[in-house]
Amino acid sequence: MADEYILEMRNITKEFPGVKALNNVNFKVKKGEIHCLVGENGAGKSTLMKVLSGVWKYGSYTGDIVFDGEVQQFKSIADSEAKGIAIIYQELALFPELSVYENIFMGHEIMNGATIDWNKTIVESQKYLNKVRLYLDPSLKVKALNTGKQQLVEIAKALSKNCKLLIFDEPTSSLNEDDSENLLNIMRELREQGITCIMISHKLREVTAIADTITVLRDGSTICSLDAKTDDISEANIIKNMVGRTIDDIYPKRTEKNISDIMFEVRNLTAEDRETGRVILKDVSFNVRRGEIVGLQGLMGAGRTECALAVFGNPYKYKITTGDVWLDGEKVNFKNPKQAIKKGLAYVSEDRKGNGLVLIQDVRYNTTLANLEELVKGIAIDENKEIGIANQYKKDINIKTPTIAQKVGNLSGGNQQKVQIAKWLFSHPKVLILDEPTRGIDVGAKFEIYSIMNDLVAKGMSIIMISSELPEVLGMSDRLYVMSEGKITGELDIEDATEEKVMKMAINA
Amino acid sequence: MGKSQNGFKELVTLIKTNASSYMMYFALVVIMLVFQIWTKGAFFTAQNISNLFNQAAYVGVLAIGMTLILILKHIDLSCGYVAGLSGAVAAILMEKMGVNVWLAMLIVLLMGLAIGFYQGTLVTKMGIPAFITTLAGMFIFRGLLSRSLAKTGTIIVTDPTFKAMCQGFIPDIPGNHTGVHIVTMIVAVIAVAALIWSQVRSRKNKQKYGFPVTSTWIFVTGLVVVSVVILLAAWMLAIYKGIPISACIVGVILAAYAFMLSKTKLGRHIYGIGGNDQAAELSGVDVKKVTLFAFCSMAVLAAVSGFLYTSRLSSATPTAGLAFEMDAIASSYIGGTAVSGGVGKVTNAIIGTFVIMSLTNGMNLLTIDISYQYIVKGIIFIIAVAFDVKSRKK
Repeated sequence: MADEYILEMRNITKEFPGVKALNNVNFKVKKGEIHCLVGENGAGKSTLMKVLSGVWKYGSYTGDIVFDGEVQQFKSIADSEAKGIAIIYQELALFPELSVYENIFMGHEIMNGATIDWNKTIVESQKYLNKVRLYLDPSLKVKALNTGKQQLVEIAKALSKNCKLLIFDEPTSSLNEDDSENLLNIMRELREQGITCIMISHKLREVTAIADTITVLRDGSTICSLDAKTDDISEANIIKNMVGRTIDDIYPKRTEKNISDIMFEVRNLTAEDRETGRVILKDVSFNVRRGEIVGLQGLMGAGRTECALAVFGNPYKYKITTGDVWLDGEKVNFKNPKQAIKKGLAYVSEDRKGNGLVLIQDVRYNTTLANLEELVKGIAIDENKEIGIANQYKKDINIKTPTIAQKVGNLSGGNQQKVQIAKWLFSHPKVLILDEPTRGIDVGAKFEIYSIMNDLVAKGMSIIMISSELPEVLGMSDRLYVMSEGKITGELDIEDATEEKVMKMAINA
Repeated sequence: MGKSQNGFKELVTLIKTNASSYMMYFALVVIMLVFQIWTKGAFFTAQNISNLFNQAAYVGVLAIGMTLILILKHIDLSCGYVAGLSGAVAAILMEKMGVNVWLAMLIVLLMGLAIGFYQGTLVTKMGIPAFITTLAGMFIFRGLLSRSLAKTGTIIVTDPTFKAMCQGFIPDIPGNHTGVHIVTMIVAVIAVAALIWSQVRSRKNKQKYGFPVTSTWIFVTGLVVVSVVILLAAWMLAIYKGIPISACIVGVILAAYAFMLSKTKLGRHIYGIGGNDQAAELSGVDVKKVTLFAFCSMAVLAAVSGFLYTSRLSSATPTAGLAFEMDAIASSYIGGTAVSGGVGKVTNAIIGTFVIMSLTNGMNLLTIDISYQYIVKGIIFIIAVAFDVKSRKK
């Protein structure tokens, strides 16, 4: 029995400050099978794979990893690779300017004394390319290949390292139908050759088509492991296991709802990536009323953040090709965030550290950054007024910091999030977009943020809440839209919304 | 006993937490003392201190502009030759074409603005890295400088107003025969009074809002030390010819930029972009416009620097501007501007300038060869930055 399983992860627990990402997870993979790992965003799939591959190194988690019959203590990705574990990431890790063969043998070059034996490299690379049915000239640059082919190069690279266990993280999320089908076939062929595959995927149709075993994770725990031959692996059963949870009183109740006329509306918005020309939003329409919380649900990569940024003035790389944005009865179509802020739109970023806050500056600085106009007296900033305002927000929304002179980088995630919210409240918005407002913060701070949201809509503000956490969306929204692959795939009143319904729309099954 | 123990502990933590900003004062004092001993007292003479001020002026002006650029995580390599070219064009306008000195300077300042606009546009609109844009500028402006003086060679500047900029001193009250420049001392006393007033006010304000402040004795000692240094420096200048006009020019520019950075919206936006440009953009900051402003300001200040240098030498030479940018960049970094951007003060950049120019001045007094001077400056520079990087990692 010992060698029935190539991998056993036993009682894995991994904590981040304030969050238990994995709680006593058990995960067993049989030799030579295709094992699918499913669960909602934040269920812990990626964290589990990071523990396995050594990104989170031995000692930063508790529990045992048994691979190939031995207990492993991976300190880095290089360690796990040396034992034969390879991950194919969502974002490919190839060098676009280098050739296919250079990419395949990057890091384990075929040497001839002190120099690289390029001829042998080319011949060898051909061998691995054949294994993934990629028949092309290995001296082509990787950037000349489409995403599907690049992924196959990545697999060839993994095979060239003699890998025994291949992990695919959402491998088909950026592939078209044909490339997806081709990839699944190649996975089947790899299985024939005795290579074990783990696939993380949201696409349940593909999961049920290919899996030998399906493990469902939820909230950092293993829910069940389903055998394709003996258990019920219908999509309905999988979804039930993915979401099976009740919404209890972690969501503060609104005392009275006062929802009136339409405040903000997006009509037939289509947008594309400026650099690649890829269409990221297709004919998106939605609206929010005064005093209403509207949820925007969808899986990662569904286009929700892109949508928010596009209406907020396209700061980075998006370009709106058609469609209009209306705010308070006026057609606005913002050209930059400055205009959007002036007209009363605010966007609380999902990425606090990346583009939400200036971490090396203090609470006071961050609180007022988006609306310094209000503080300017003559040509200088009225610092006394500024301090007063920052202190007021510190008190009002309970930002836990010794003083407002504290650097934001030193605060906890929940308090950083409150500083972000303070910043946007000070810009006096009519419409507030909250993008993953509770990501990575603890339960107590979550409750506080929900309460703040309720207070704001009670005062007549409109809120759009983007969230991957289904219970949160269902617990807080008055109405919700579901997005998938850049399109709105459904609109539900909260009374009609169930987790199963939403999940179906999100997966677009 | 217990109280002085606590006081000592506080002093130690204060020094530890502000190590990098105290480091440059410490370095400055050590460098000056070393030269004072080594030159057998020639460093701290009235004439040499006055000379040091004039020497530091043209680098100081560049360091102020460079600090903005570095906070924004860009760099300007071309500013040295922009300064050189500006001095040459001003000299040609005044001496060869007979243009009035004020009009000539205005024209050159506008030329600086145009240069800044050109480089800033390449960086912001075309997305060409500042390093490349200004490296190309270095070639171009060096070429233009040589071209402009190709026929005439070095041009001697005779205009008295222009020469006064970096050779003259502020006037004293008429009929003063005491041998001490009275106006200089009055200015110094006013400066000290203003410093004490503003520091006490800001401390009171902080206490009012419950922000942490240093204990009273450290605060008072600090103020006393700074006041004594200012008064001593003023005394050295007063027993010579008074405050150099160049110091006044730098002082005014410094005050304006310090005010802009700490008290205005533009300053906040500069720190915001340097700290996190994406967050700044999403907060409604016009990143491109602010960056363009910084490049324009840099080139205009380079023109001023060119005036000061040309004025000091009374001539425009084809080698003017060589390695100015190196001194300016080093000054700013020694003055605590963060290598990763987002942090930096123009007042500290001026202290950095004094560190660099004290080295130049002292080594010149000792007639140390220029080759060794570069090596010594390079070593001091890298030590300062390494220290800064290390202390920020905590």
